[in-house]
Amino acid sequence: MKASAFAYARATSVANALELLTAYGERAKVLSGGQSLVPAMNLRLVAPDLIVDIGELTELRGAAVKRGVLTIGALTRHADLLKSPEIAAHAPLLKDAVAHIAHPAIRNRGTIGGSLAHADPASELPACMLTLGATIIARGPGGERRIAANEFFAGIYETALTPQELLVAVELPLTPKNSTHFFHEFARRHGDYAIVGLAAQASIKDERFADLRLGFFAVGDRPLLAKSASKLVDVAVTSAVLSEAASALDDELDPLEDQQATPAMRRHLAKVLLARCVSLLLARPDLCAGASA
Amino acid sequence: MTSERSNLQTLSALDRPNSYIGKTVPRPNLDRLMQGRGLYVSDIELPRMAHAVFLRSPHAHARIVGIETSAAKQMPGVIAVVSGSELSTVITPWVGVLSHLKGLKSAPQNAIAIDRVCWQGEAVAAVVAASRAQAEDAAEHVLVKYEELHAVTDMRAALDPATPVIHASLGDNLAFERIHDAGAVDQAFAESDEVVEAEFVFGRHTGVTLEPRAVVADWNAAEARLTIYQGTQAPHMVQNIAALHLGLKESQVRVVCKDVGGSFGIKVHIYADEMATYALSKLLRRPVKFVADRVESFNTDIHARDHRCKGKIGVKRDGTIMAFEIDDLTGIGPYSMYPRTSAIEANQVVNLVGGPYVTGNYRARARVVFQNKNVMCQYRAVGHPIACSVTEGLVDLAAMKIAMDPVEIRRRNLIADDAYPCASPSGLRFEQLSHHAALAKLVQMMDYDALRAEQAALRVSNIHRGIGIASFIEVTNPSAAFYGVGGAKISSQDGVAVRVDAQGSVICQTSITEQGQGSESLTAQIVGSVLGVSMDRVRVILGDTDNTPYGGGTWASRGAGIGGEAALQAAKTLRKNILDVAAAVLQSTPSELDIVNNVVVNVGDGEPRIDLSELARIVYFRPDTLPPGIQPELMATRHFVPREYPFAFTNGIQASWLELDPDTGFVKLLKHWVVEDCGTIINPQLVDEQIRGGVVQGLGAALFEKCVYDERGQLTNANMADYLVPMSGEMPDIDVGHVVTPTLESELGAKGAGEAGTAGAAAAVTNAVNDALRPFGAIITEIPLTPQVILTALGRI
Repeated sequence: MKASAFAYARATSVANALELLTAYGERAKVLSGGQSLVPAMNLRLVAPDLIVDIGELTELRGAAVKRGVLTIGALTRHADLLKSPEIAAHAPLLKDAVAHIAHPAIRNRGTIGGSLAHADPASELPACMLTLGATIIARGPGGERRIAANEFFAGIYETALTPQELLVAVELPLTPKNSTHFFHEFARRHGDYAIVGLAAQASIKDERFADLRLGFFAVGDRPLLAKSASKLVDVAVTSAVLSEAASALDDELDPLEDQQATPAMRRHLAKVLLARCVSLLLARPDLCAGASA
Repeated sequence: MTSERSNLQTLSALDRPNSYIGKTVPRPNLDRLMQGRGLYVSDIELPRMAHAVFLRSPHAHARIVGIETSAAKQMPGVIAVVSGSELSTVITPWVGVLSHLKGLKSAPQNAIAIDRVCWQGEAVAAVVAASRAQAEDAAEHVLVKYEELHAVTDMRAALDPATPVIHASLGDNLAFERIHDAGAVDQAFAESDEVVEAEFVFGRHTGVTLEPRAVVADWNAAEARLTIYQGTQAPHMVQNIAALHLGLKESQVRVVCKDVGGSFGIKVHIYADEMATYALSKLLRRPVKFVADRVESFNTDIHARDHRCKGKIGVKRDGTIMAFEIDDLTGIGPYSMYPRTSAIEANQVVNLVGGPYVTGNYRARARVVFQNKNVMCQYRAVGHPIACSVTEGLVDLAAMKIAMDPVEIRRRNLIADDAYPCASPSGLRFEQLSHHAALAKLVQMMDYDALRAEQAALRVSNIHRGIGIASFIEVTNPSAAFYGVGGAKISSQDGVAVRVDAQGSVICQTSITEQGQGSESLTAQIVGSVLGVSMDRVRVILGDTDNTPYGGGTWASRGAGIGGEAALQAAKTLRKNILDVAAAVLQSTPSELDIVNNVVVNVGDGEPRIDLSELARIVYFRPDTLPPGIQPELMATRHFVPREYPFAFTNGIQASWLELDPDTGFVKLLKHWVVEDCGTIINPQLVDEQIRGGVVQGLGAALFEKCVYDERGQLTNANMADYLVPMSGEMPDIDVGHVVTPTLESELGAKGAGEAGTAGAAAAVTNAVNDALRPFGAIITEIPLTPQVILTALGRI
């Protein structure tokens, strides 16, 4: 299990990284935290000619709030997301989600940019970007490009990024006050990729959802911002309403089969998650019991 | 039976005031390992050493049409690219059969496949290069042309006449069949009030050692000698087999086994790629290293279990178990493993089903079939988890049928503690077991009644918890009955040599091996206790066929019971030798002297007479001052093997307490209890941790671990992300209790403890899951109990 021979360059600046990516195109791979790339290389599933290590580009690290926008640099590590007071204050959903990513050793190395660019449909952060309405900032030879999260993820390990582009940051609108969130995933063991997961953000007024964004992951080839959430907004949620929303959710899902679950099981668990989420956010235990029977 | 054991009446060496027996003392090798000074095979670097990489078949069954190696040979660093037929000039094929497993058949297996590959992962060529990376680069340029053949994958279809026969010379795909019929089974079922049947399905899984299999083979042409550095459980077995197939005398092969990162039975076999590495060294006349990577570990380390076992139990309304019947089927891959064979697990299942219970009515059939998957063989607790899950699953189903509590039905049927010696329905002889004492202790440890009350209370609020109980017996301390009688050159005896050095320290060479379980510690504890020498003065040498007595090694829970007794007897003899010399020097008699804390003292008043170091100085440097006629022998060697019983059976019982989420199918383990009886306990902490480690491997089988093959024989989860080993986050606290019934076959009285945890853990969990599922009317007899399996059983998906 040794990677094929490759050339290695440690980028000295974003401009330098872009030069290398422009020159090598698809033959280059960006090394950020290396938590997905390096195992894949060791298994010889990928064999890039050049590794562009962006690890020293400190300008890509850290989270900051400016003019009502939370900007997170692509090189910000999962462990930093967990500790960041800005994220705890302005995107608490993200903090909950990051705690579910793998194990501490991986969170110490893995980065948000790496996770988003890798676009594993079972990983937590892409779904969070949909839920939170993030904008992905990419830089390429032609300058900067801003991509809405719901246009960024294009399939299993596929994104809107071109081989010449570098994901440099994400921007998140600040989570409004009085907003609440829910994060849960079903995984066989702590730290495993989810069988099904849900990152939800909501605002509740008079025991009803004024707004509800449901970002499901591991339910298809890319994260899903469920349109069926609208069925639960501005209505008094009853078992029948929830059931209708669950049925609409089912229509939106296109789950894949893998080692852990059949598509039918993913559909079932997505609906269980929906019920638990709604029940918890509205503090209505009765809804959960109804949906699971 | 012998009379009452002598050390119950008088104090033996084990009961001395400064004894280490029964005490948790730190292992002598701890600092070395903690400071990173262990020496694993991967750490070994020899001059001119080359690295072997095996190109492995991507097909489960295929004819090798041609192998093109010229491009690979031109790659940087490449020393040789060797095919199976080229290697066959230096190594002969083997057949994994034993004569006492009547009818067992297998086909000749080569170190590297010749003409045909029979499982995905079988080696088709070896690339030897200056580094592993270079060898892997070159391996990509070896072109093998295959013609795919039909892959036999489903064990249930292996015996169909329409299914192709994997080895034409064998006539069919049946490797082994055993039928057993004891008592009056049909009559017993006829007289039963209820008869319950179920099919139990066990996933194929593997051992996943932290350190993969690894070997450095060093053929020294000048000495005409091969040195094999290998992480193995049985160095003398490796010596015998390497010599046999390389055309050498055993004296021409030295096997050195330094530190080993876990074995669990995975490293007690002879693997084709390891044999190929020995042969490559001989062929190329230089040291060759092979370290399996994780993917090839999954594809080539032996797999285990993979049984489908139909079971039937008859029971009276009063709870009396009338009879057991089983029909077991297992698929073992394309070859019976060498030299222990792949029939042992099925054979053990037949041996062990019904083992804890009184009924003598027992009928069994076991069939072992070939298939085009990785080879399968003995892994920790061989056959035990199958037999225990089937037996205990049936007992619980019977109890459910007659509405009896699971503890009560066991109480009414477990063999009484005063009924020994006696035999199991399959004819296994029990010296002395303690099922009822263990059950009583378990019930008390877990506070069974309170737990039942808690379960009932929680059910009302839609929380579904389950309690599962599993009694078990464990085969330990095997005599020659295991392998020797079948013609395998696998020693069942072990030897220990103990000597005093010139400063009064003790050097102990033992034929048992250390893979992390504490063989070194228990040996030092016994030797130190018997001699009256502090443990820091005892050095233990293991794992070197040039430098230890001949013996079996460490497997089948035999290290403490057999190697420990050899250590005890060797130390006793040395002690006598020391006291003989001391008496001569001190003008006393041996019976008036003792050794306490490294000093020869008077028995009567404990007065120090002479330091062991001073005695050693006289013996080694001033023998001229000794009285005439005295020839000191400050070294002694003893060997031991149990003779009266073929196996020292142990027993125990486990319980699982878990919560099942009926919406998601997820199971959360809340608590696990084990009570076991391994006889004399040498180091309580080592025993408890062995039990816990064993339980965790059993829990892995119950909930997580499975080698997933597709219908074409491709292993689809050969990596640590998809093959789920149990992790600490999902493990419950495991409480361990003991009942102590020493075996009278040895003075030490120790039986094995290495496999007890694995034997019953899965059965306890399965019974607990079914207990939790009771309100839903669902019953599951398949492991691993994945959310998919549970949701399907519940009809949720």
